[in-house]
Formats: sequence, C-alpha cells, structure tokens
Amino acid sequence: MEITRKRIRKKAFVAEDLCVACGCCVKVCPTAAISVVFGAMAQADPDKCVGCGKCAKECPASVITIREVGA
Amino acid sequence: MKKKWYDYLWIASLSYLILGFFNILFAWLGMLCFVIPLVIAAAGRNKSYCNRYCGRGQLFQILGGRFGLSRKKDIPNWMKSKAFRYGFLIFFFAMFFQMLWITYLVFAGAEDLKQVVTLLWTFKLPWHWAYHGTLLHPGVAQFAFGFYSVMLTSTVLGLITMVLYKPRSWCVYCPMGTMTQLICKARNHSRITASQNQLP
Repeated sequence: MEITRKRIRKKAFVAEDLCVACGCCVKVCPTAAISVVFGAMAQADPDKCVGCGKCAKECPASVITIREVGA
Repeated sequence: MKKKWYDYLWIASLSYLILGFFNILFAWLGMLCFVIPLVIAAAGRNKSYCNRYCGRGQLFQILGGRFGLSRKKDIPNWMKSKAFRYGFLIFFFAMFFQMLWITYLVFAGAEDLKQVVTLLWTFKLPWHWAYHGTLLHPGVAQFAFGFYSVMLTSTVLGLITMVLYKPRSWCVYCPMGTMTQLICKARNHSRITASQNQLP
C-alpha cells in the first residue's frame, strides 16, 4: 500500500506595521530569506523561506509568525 | 557565519561604560552613538547602524543570549505599540533637553558643576572620583555627567527588558531606533509606497 504524505509548507510572515527594523531576524536566517527593506520593516521572501522559525524566535518585538501556506 | 569587524563593537560599548566610571570626560564619546545612526539614516536611508554596528545591541545579545540571562519571553503588546515607542522617544528627548539646560546653566555660571550621575532620571549617584578637573570650562564636564547618565539609564533599562523579555528587547523602544526608522520611512516614502502597490 503506497502512503503519500503531503508536505506542509510554512513561511514567515512579518507584521510590517509593528516591525521596528532592528535586523535581528536577518542575522539568524539560514537561507538569507529575510531582510530589512528601506530601513523601515523586515520582509521575508517566500521563495527562499523554509519556515524554520528562527526569525520568529529571535524577533525582540515578536512580530513574525510562521504560518502554513497552500501546497 | 564568519564574524566581521563590526561584530566586536560590543567591546567599545562595554569599554565606554567602564571608562566613564574612571574619567567622566570619556562620556563625550557617546555622541558618536547619537550622531552616526542619524547620519546613516538620513544619508544612507537605512538602519544599518541598528542592524550591524550597534554595540549595545550586541552586548545585550551576548548577555541575554549566550550567557543565558534572558527569559526569552514575548514583549507585552503595549511596549511594541507606536504610542509607547513614540511616547518614550518624546519623553527621552524631554529629559535630554533638560540635561542640556542644566549644562547651559553651568556654562553660564548660574549653577555649579554637579558631580553626580542620575540613574533612571531619579537616583543621583555620587561620581566625583571620575572628575579630575579640566582645562576647559566645567560645563564640558557637566555635559559629560549628563550624557553618561543618559547612557547608563538606557543601558539599565535595556538590561531589565533583556532579562524580562528577549535579549534585544531594548531595540523595540530604543529612541535612536525609533528616530532612525522614522527618518528612513520619510526618506524612502515613495519607494515604500511603490513597493506596497506592487503587492498582489
């Protein structure tokens, strides 16, 4: 019997209105998926993000959430 | 990730606090932490001082992260609100200008030099051993005492929130961070708007 598992993809989402652009998330991201843009907020590139959650754990303002996305 | 030279700037921050204990005139070096972030934000339109060069942030990261002094809990919502961040910035500036006023009074000869460091804008700590006289006007030393008070107060606040919440919690409400972010948002307004218009 063949068992197929659907991979659950997770991505980081930044609450840009609350982000203080400190750059803590950038330092810990293993895939360089997150960056501070315009000195105003952090943004995660969904193509590079693997949803590991390191940025969310490091963020001092706790404005990053890791959410499941469609396959 | 291989360490770069700027990853060791926490040594400068730590040295500043130690040197100010022995000779208060070293406090003037703190002006670099005030001017450089603003210049980078205004001219470079980015927060690279906060992101890379801030020695204080690195110090909190080491003490809270590597040394394990932080509880690593989420910061309360009110502390990351715009109301608190902007309010704290205004309050900090009000206290800073009050310090400048006292400095002016000493320069004008209306007040004597007060050889104390004021912690948390409230507690006056004797600090006379750090003043060895100056060839310049005592007002120069008064500014040093005042500026060191500001730096020590912000360090203590940062240490408290480092322990209670996450290592770099200070970065959330740091007045310099708030100011430079506002400058960057203003300097990059059109780019930010264009970027947001491109979103699906």
